[in-house]
Amino acid sequence: MPARPHLLLALITLALLGCERPQPEGPPTLRWYVFKEQSGAFEEAARRCTAASQGRYQLDLAYLPTDADLQRELLVRRLAAGDTDIDLIGMDVIWTAELAEAGWVLPWPEAQARSVLTGRIAGPVASGSYQDRLWAAPFTTNTQLLWYRTDRVATLPLTWDAMIDQAESIGQGGLIQAQGERYEGLTVFFVSLLASAGGSVLDESGERVSLEPVPTRKALEVMRRLARSPASDSSLASSREDQCRLAFESGRSAFMLNYTYVWPSAQANAPEVADHMGWARWPALAPALKSRVTIGGINIGVGANSRHPELAFEAATCLVSEDSQRLAARMGGLPPTLSALYDDPEVRAIFPFADVLRTTLADAVQRPPTPVYSDISIAISRTLHPLRDIAPERDVDRLRRAVERALHSEGLL
Amino acid sequence: MSRQVLDERRLGWLLCAPAVLAMLLVTAYPIAYAVWLSLHRYDLRFPDQQAFVGLANYASVLTSEVWWRSLFNTLLITAGSVAVELLLGFGLALVMHRALVGRIALRTASLVPYAIITVVAALGWRFAFDPTTGFVNALLGLDQAWLSERWSAFVVIIATEIWKTTPFVALLLLAGLTLVPPDLIRAARVDGASAWQRLVHITLPLMKPAILVALLFRTLDAFRIFDTVYVQTRGAQDTETVSIVAYQALIARLNLGLGSAVSVMIFIGTILIALLYVRLLGAGALGRGGRQG
Repeated sequence: MPARPHLLLALITLALLGCERPQPEGPPTLRWYVFKEQSGAFEEAARRCTAASQGRYQLDLAYLPTDADLQRELLVRRLAAGDTDIDLIGMDVIWTAELAEAGWVLPWPEAQARSVLTGRIAGPVASGSYQDRLWAAPFTTNTQLLWYRTDRVATLPLTWDAMIDQAESIGQGGLIQAQGERYEGLTVFFVSLLASAGGSVLDESGERVSLEPVPTRKALEVMRRLARSPASDSSLASSREDQCRLAFESGRSAFMLNYTYVWPSAQANAPEVADHMGWARWPALAPALKSRVTIGGINIGVGANSRHPELAFEAATCLVSEDSQRLAARMGGLPPTLSALYDDPEVRAIFPFADVLRTTLADAVQRPPTPVYSDISIAISRTLHPLRDIAPERDVDRLRRAVERALHSEGLL
Repeated sequence: MSRQVLDERRLGWLLCAPAVLAMLLVTAYPIAYAVWLSLHRYDLRFPDQQAFVGLANYASVLTSEVWWRSLFNTLLITAGSVAVELLLGFGLALVMHRALVGRIALRTASLVPYAIITVVAALGWRFAFDPTTGFVNALLGLDQAWLSERWSAFVVIIATEIWKTTPFVALLLLAGLTLVPPDLIRAARVDGASAWQRLVHITLPLMKPAILVALLFRTLDAFRIFDTVYVQTRGAQDTETVSIVAYQALIARLNLGLGSAVSVMIFIGTILIALLYVRLLGAGALGRGGRQG
């Protein structure tokens, strides 16, 4: 059949044409890799920044998977391979050191860094910085508060011991909800307790293990006491933030340590619980010590292989601006990093706990800023899970050994 | 050797050459590269810190609790699934062999699980055993969170593997069954051998090569199990297999040196398995099986 070869040739030609990059028409497209935010606040922010650029760039979103581990896996795989498609990255606060050390994100130029840091709360600023440079501009932030039932708790307990005592005396309906599953949330729990006791996982340089014996033991003792108390939920060993939220909304609990998203959720799903929902800063470890809570949220960095780095920094500056932060707060309920917004009436209506949130954020603790953070986190959560089997005396040493191995990227995890 | 033989031999090599080259390119090179990587400290997160470290990565793997536990898990899944698959597969092969009507339909139907993509099958089983969306708990009258406990998670993983690959074993065994000359069976029947005796003394010995091939393929396959575990538990509940450990080191931690050491260990493991089978069941059997198959 004579037609066949021609057909084949035509197909090959078509395929080759298809491979060719289409000539860009109009402004260059910038890709923003970020998690899928359900309310559409990020899309709206990108649309507004595109419009504000007056045709200099077009900002498109590329979504990362929902699972936090998978988000990182996808990104680092592409970054390690030198993908030029990644212009902007919505960076989880724990990626800063890893991405910066590997040279996968560009440091912010001095002048632009100054402009995106003006008026930002200290905690979020530190979360985007590594070795005295800014790698990711603070966008939205988050941290845990203590949520409690105002109808069951007469006087707010100020320390962990007081809270557990009080919960035990309430009996029925007095459960404390915390994250005890073997995952990132358990590391967050430990880091917050350790910082509240005055300790830290790594020293200032980030190259040596700190884990001072006295604060570490204190943190472990609290975890053990909570896990063995009748006031802890029987499913503590497998509970994450969302299980805690559901358990609190079901009315079985008097206390919960959780992020701010539980507030709109309770109002929507369990108004009768929301009516009696109070908030406060995390309890302290001792009356003389201030509680310090781990910070979360996302910052915006520029990919090292971006084809348009200058435009990307410009777009990132727009994305972390006051307008975008207000948008993210209003549509998505994501707490802003601009301090002044916490005095804004519209924002205060969304976050009635704005003042507690701002002071908690100002004193917030960072998870260990090291390129091997993901290894260290696994080492911590594996060593301490399940919380009820913690033996503080023994586990101070076990934890130190596990973190030391992870820090030197030794062994398997 | 005569000139003609030499010429033929040279021609033989020439004809093989393209295939040998392709094999070298697509298998020998990656394997050699993995071995080379495994002797280095090579972590993509620390691009400036590459160095030759000798066998340090292997020492690190072999002294790690994670490796030995995952090896145990892998062997457990391998032994559990291959043993059941062999029994079920043999039964299925006998049925397919004896079936008088609808032979083609039967063979096609029994192959359906094998044709389904592993990830899809694993997801299907995961949903089936899920306490909220699944039907298994309702069927058995249980209230069990199957994938949130170690032993029940192994049950689900092994069951998925069995369901998926029994058809493969059955097909290989069916090929073996057709090798048994019907005359021999008939002669044995005339001599008064019972069905059991015919099976044990005639069918099984003649099928030995086919059984060996089926066992070997399946064991090697099961030893490298990845998708089912990744989809169903992602290695949680202490169900990590050696491939999951390699994935964690290579893809999640980007530690190419350490991860390659794990990969090389898995490679050595598969070679050991192959050698073990050949030793135990006789080297001749494999050769014959290869030619006849």
